[in-house]
Amino acid sequence: MPERTVVIASSSGLHARPAKIFVQAAAKQGVPVRIRVGDGKSVPANSMLAVLALGAVRGTEVTLDAEGPGADEALASLAELLSRDLDAEEALDG
Amino acid sequence: MAETLRGLGVSPGRAAGRVYRMAGPPPLPAPARAVEADRELSEALRALEATAAELAARAERAPDSTAGEILEAQSFIARDPGLYESVEANVRAGMDAAHAIDAACAHHRRALLEAGGYFAERASDLDDIRNRAVAVVLGLPMPGIPDPGHPFVLVAEDLAPADTVNLDPALVLALLTEKGGPTSHTAILARARALPAVVACRGVIGLDDGTWVSVDGARGEVETGIGEEAATEIQRRAVADRRRSGTSRGPGRTSDDHPVKLLLNIGSAADLRATGSPAGRDAPADPAGEGRGDVASEGVGLFRTEFLFLDRREPPGYEEQVAAYEAVLRAAPGGHVVIRTLDAGTDKPLPFLGLPEEPNPALGVRGLRVSRIRPEVLDTQLDAIAEAARAAGAEPWVMAPMVTTAGEAADFAGRARARGIRHVGAMVEVPAAALRAGRLLNELDFLSIGTNDLSQYTFASDRQHGELADLLDPWQAALLQLIADCAAAGQAAGKPVGVCGEAAADPLLATVLVGLGVSSLSMSAPSIAPVRDSLAAHSLAQCRQNARLALGADDPAQARKLVMPG
Repeated sequence: MPERTVVIASSSGLHARPAKIFVQAAAKQGVPVRIRVGDGKSVPANSMLAVLALGAVRGTEVTLDAEGPGADEALASLAELLSRDLDAEEALDG
Repeated sequence: MAETLRGLGVSPGRAAGRVYRMAGPPPLPAPARAVEADRELSEALRALEATAAELAARAERAPDSTAGEILEAQSFIARDPGLYESVEANVRAGMDAAHAIDAACAHHRRALLEAGGYFAERASDLDDIRNRAVAVVLGLPMPGIPDPGHPFVLVAEDLAPADTVNLDPALVLALLTEKGGPTSHTAILARARALPAVVACRGVIGLDDGTWVSVDGARGEVETGIGEEAATEIQRRAVADRRRSGTSRGPGRTSDDHPVKLLLNIGSAADLRATGSPAGRDAPADPAGEGRGDVASEGVGLFRTEFLFLDRREPPGYEEQVAAYEAVLRAAPGGHVVIRTLDAGTDKPLPFLGLPEEPNPALGVRGLRVSRIRPEVLDTQLDAIAEAARAAGAEPWVMAPMVTTAGEAADFAGRARARGIRHVGAMVEVPAAALRAGRLLNELDFLSIGTNDLSQYTFASDRQHGELADLLDPWQAALLQLIADCAAAGQAAGKPVGVCGEAAADPLLATVLVGLGVSSLSMSAPSIAPVRDSLAAHSLAQCRQNARLALGADDPAQARKLVMPG
């Protein structure tokens, strides 16, 4: 199954605004994407509650997986999102 | 009929208006065996959707973008597929709609609490969603902040963090709660927003919506039975007073120029930026136009370093700590910063510390005591502070929490001085430390009195305990006596002794503390201007007289009355 491992870059981790942006983006993908921390349980990436419960902070390594047509593109775009500091972008937004 | 209700004044100021109560959480009826699962499910999902829509609408109307984002995220959670799945499973297992929602929220709440740190704070979002959705299912009034369409005095049992996000400072004139204590969330929020507040005020929840009251947040009094005319006059005067407040400038001093350093309590460099800019976050929501952006403090009296550690499974790295401390040292006015080393332990557990549970964590391994078990955490922190100080070219003051004996003080001072830290001090939070303040000062350069914990241990009363709020009142003479002893020890040694608990934020009590001999007061930003004004209006002799009166009083109410001007 295609997987992508990425380190959370946002300063508040997968919490607050970064979590919201990630979950929203995951829900828009054509395939169901799952996310886990280390060897932990994979949870649906479109569930804010499940994503928050991962407790992923800045620097946590998370692994995304998905299967089916478009899985690779979905993983690439979500991994790219997680590798940016979404909190800093908020600051730039003013 | 006129009546005066008394509670604890936790945020000074006057206000008057009509009271409106926050509806409590809807009580769950006895579980009903669901007759038709599909109907229960569609009802439950409809209630969650209505809740999500309501939260989204509130997000649109939110007074600022921060509140809007929090509400938006919450509306998101109300539509969470994981939550829907749990509700469905519960209904299939035979629960009715209300219980299915209740159990589903409880399930996800536990998962968030297990994630710990600031993830755990989202648990209160689920409580709010649960309360709203269950109210919809049962046809009960929607819980939450009332919206009468005009400014009002908010009355509640107590306020949860999630409630406070929605508080519009242009609409809420004052906060009154039946429960809560001086360190409760309500108290902290009220002071941060400069809203008059009275907590632990028996009977206030029994007032009918629309009742006119006047509130005195310093005396802790709520007067009912006043008319609209009187209320309007009180409110008009309160607004005028607030406009005048914050007119004194410069360093803290009494009217006869006795200096008292006014310092800030902060959690990160961001707190300094938030208070430094006149166009800060609070500015648009400042109806009276007081523009209290520039608080002009003289430095940081309490930099709580916990925020760096809170959400961790691993301790924060050395480099990360250096960067965080350096940012604060560079941002602080005059570079004056008192850094408190990690204040955690079994009472405020941090997963990475791996401390065993204990039956009575408030009396156990907390504050400096953690270094008995995990000395490397403190050593790394001291290394990082020393490195940050070199990088910033600053001379930090460093103090440890929960120091109890002179031996502990000596050990801490030795470890800090070995790293070139020149100003080493301790928090006085334990009566044993206060009683031996002189001996502690043989080892240390300064003391900072944490009044919340010192009250807790002096009065054997949990600082969160609403029923014991009167014992935790900072006007208690026994607490003031311990502060007086510490201040006297400081004067004898020629070393500074400050107060960094919330007691320092009470403008009238500040005069008492100065009269007792403390040399600095540290508080959250909105309190600086009123405290500066209050000191500027009293001579040192008047402060000493206030201190004598307060020490001689039998109880806090009498102390306030004796000291009260006019």
